[in-house]
Amino acid sequence: MTAVFDFLAGNVLTVSFVVAMIGAATPLLLAATGELVVERSGVLNLGVEGMMLAGALAGFIAAKTVGHALGLPAAALAGAGLALLFAVLTQTLLANQVASGLALTIFGIGATKLVGQPFTGEPLARMAPLFPAPIREMPVAGPILFGHDPFVYLSILGVGCTWYFLNRTRAGLILRAVGEDHDAAHALGYPVVAIRYGAILFGGAMAGLGGAYMSLVKTPQWAEGMTAGWGWIALALIVFATWRPMRLWLGAYLFGAILVLQLRIQGTGVPVSASYFLTMTPYLATILVLVVISWDRIAVRRNAPASIGKVFKPSM
Amino acid sequence: MQFRTGLMAAAVAAVAVGVTGPATAQDPLKVGFVYVGPIGDHGWSYRHDQGRLAIEDALGDQVETTFVENVAEGPDAVRVIRQLASTGHDLVFTTSFGFMDATLEVAEQFPEVAFEHATGFQRSDNVATYSGRFYEGRTILGHIAGHMTESNQIGYIASFPIPEVIRGINAFTIELRRVNPEAEVNVIWVNTWYSPAVEAEAAQALIDQGADIIVQHTDSPAALQVAEQRGVVAFGQSSDMARFAPTAQLTAIVDDWGPYYIERTQAVLDGTWASGDTWTGLAEGMVVMADYANMPEDLAVAAEALEQSIIAGERHPFDGPIYAQDGSVIVEEGVVLDDGALSTMDYYVQGVSGSLPN
Repeated sequence: MTAVFDFLAGNVLTVSFVVAMIGAATPLLLAATGELVVERSGVLNLGVEGMMLAGALAGFIAAKTVGHALGLPAAALAGAGLALLFAVLTQTLLANQVASGLALTIFGIGATKLVGQPFTGEPLARMAPLFPAPIREMPVAGPILFGHDPFVYLSILGVGCTWYFLNRTRAGLILRAVGEDHDAAHALGYPVVAIRYGAILFGGAMAGLGGAYMSLVKTPQWAEGMTAGWGWIALALIVFATWRPMRLWLGAYLFGAILVLQLRIQGTGVPVSASYFLTMTPYLATILVLVVISWDRIAVRRNAPASIGKVFKPSM
Repeated sequence: MQFRTGLMAAAVAAVAVGVTGPATAQDPLKVGFVYVGPIGDHGWSYRHDQGRLAIEDALGDQVETTFVENVAEGPDAVRVIRQLASTGHDLVFTTSFGFMDATLEVAEQFPEVAFEHATGFQRSDNVATYSGRFYEGRTILGHIAGHMTESNQIGYIASFPIPEVIRGINAFTIELRRVNPEAEVNVIWVNTWYSPAVEAEAAQALIDQGADIIVQHTDSPAALQVAEQRGVVAFGQSSDMARFAPTAQLTAIVDDWGPYYIERTQAVLDGTWASGDTWTGLAEGMVVMADYANMPEDLAVAAEALEQSIIAGERHPFDGPIYAQDGSVIVEEGVVLDDGALSTMDYYVQGVSGSLPN
């Protein structure tokens, strides 16, 4: 037992662990927050991975050619641009959402690969931290609270504002109403299609930022397919968080924590056969915890947007 | 996954032949490549694709090359390889260990197509295997690391526990411990060849736990970038990654597949291709070391000398005495492990923490 306590004291209850956890979770939290709003408006966009890549590439190009300050807006714009394509297909042309979303991912992977070719192998300077050194270097609180790049604060702000918007504002209520029953919302005079356009664009912008976190902060480089499936993890997190922003936050940090933890456990030397299990643990544990806290089936059904994935065609 | 061909080049070539060439011009030989990662990984798949381009450069109109990247190891690989074999490809290179079963399965159905499987050990009449003796480079890395480490903690990011990767860890550790008996190697298995985010996370964890040198057997430069940021040193993998870590990369093991690929393609053109196993290293140039940088001058000289002695055959990475983790002798002094033992290696040597399952 003491070995376990020693390990926890040396590897988990440390500043570097918390910092690493936040860093691992941030791209997921950004992308998943955006997609959560999309899904609450009744739209399923499976193009998260593609939009993340678009953001990763656009952010990288902007940061490389103009400056880091432009990386964030460029990433958000690129993600939203790809999302606009999805919105036109599914909301205006009434195409199937699942097929369009998958196509968006495939298109995103291919298009970024093509456009990104000249930027492959180009190094990029790291983004400067947001706060000045004296604040960042305070013991414990410095690195944990003030040591991060702008993305981290944006992700927390994003999930907090999303919670407030969905649960405490009239506009959020309308958006949820659209997601629950688009025909009823339409009958009440709400612009279903316009609201969904807005949600889809927001989702794209957030996914773009999530991707840019990878190409600007985590590994400052452009490499094709560099999001390596994290867009899909973001999509899964939303379901297991039962479409609730605060649970999503918890889920993303839990995933980050266990990802970081399993690597650290291995760093102290465990049998290789256990490494397969350890590699699975972030996925397993996140699913398990979120399933347990959302055990109440009625509550889950209440949370799942009833109109999700359905084509909305207003009757004349 | 994307599918792309050198169609444009082929079309241009076809037009050129149509205008100026003889009417009896032969169809070009179609050569297909299957990659496990993206060609832009700056590592493993990138180097194989450089080999593909070397074929095009050397053989020009006589060949037409195709590649499929990001192919998952498993059932999907069967589908991709079969597609290449059934679309007129005469020679198919499958460039990851995990494509072994898929390659053999498809090869049985297409006996007239020649297959080349990288890093595998199972062959048939139309499946040849080839690999580089990358472990020779690992010996040099171990030598450098033994001199450079101050914390005596080496962090090693490994992909999958296959003989190729375990051999690398052991070759590195044997030389490391000869230089510095105090040094320890901590291995993190990430169970992926390519996931920049996870590779970076693993490097972060190892450095947080006290490692001051990072070694990787994964395909992206992510770990080097983390090393650069954290002020520790590291080694590049598969290709020279110095531009991602100008002050952190000590050297890199670079794969050079071009000459082999040209030779094998030429053999198919000549009708002399035969199955077999090719396993060459520093001496033949399939494995090349990047510049020795960010280290004291005398250490760079010593590393260069070690490289030369491996090339000359004076030094073998697995010469005895080699000790097991419990300190018992695996290989006696004066004995060298043979290729059979190397290709099935499934144990750690002394100096590696943790354990491999039996």
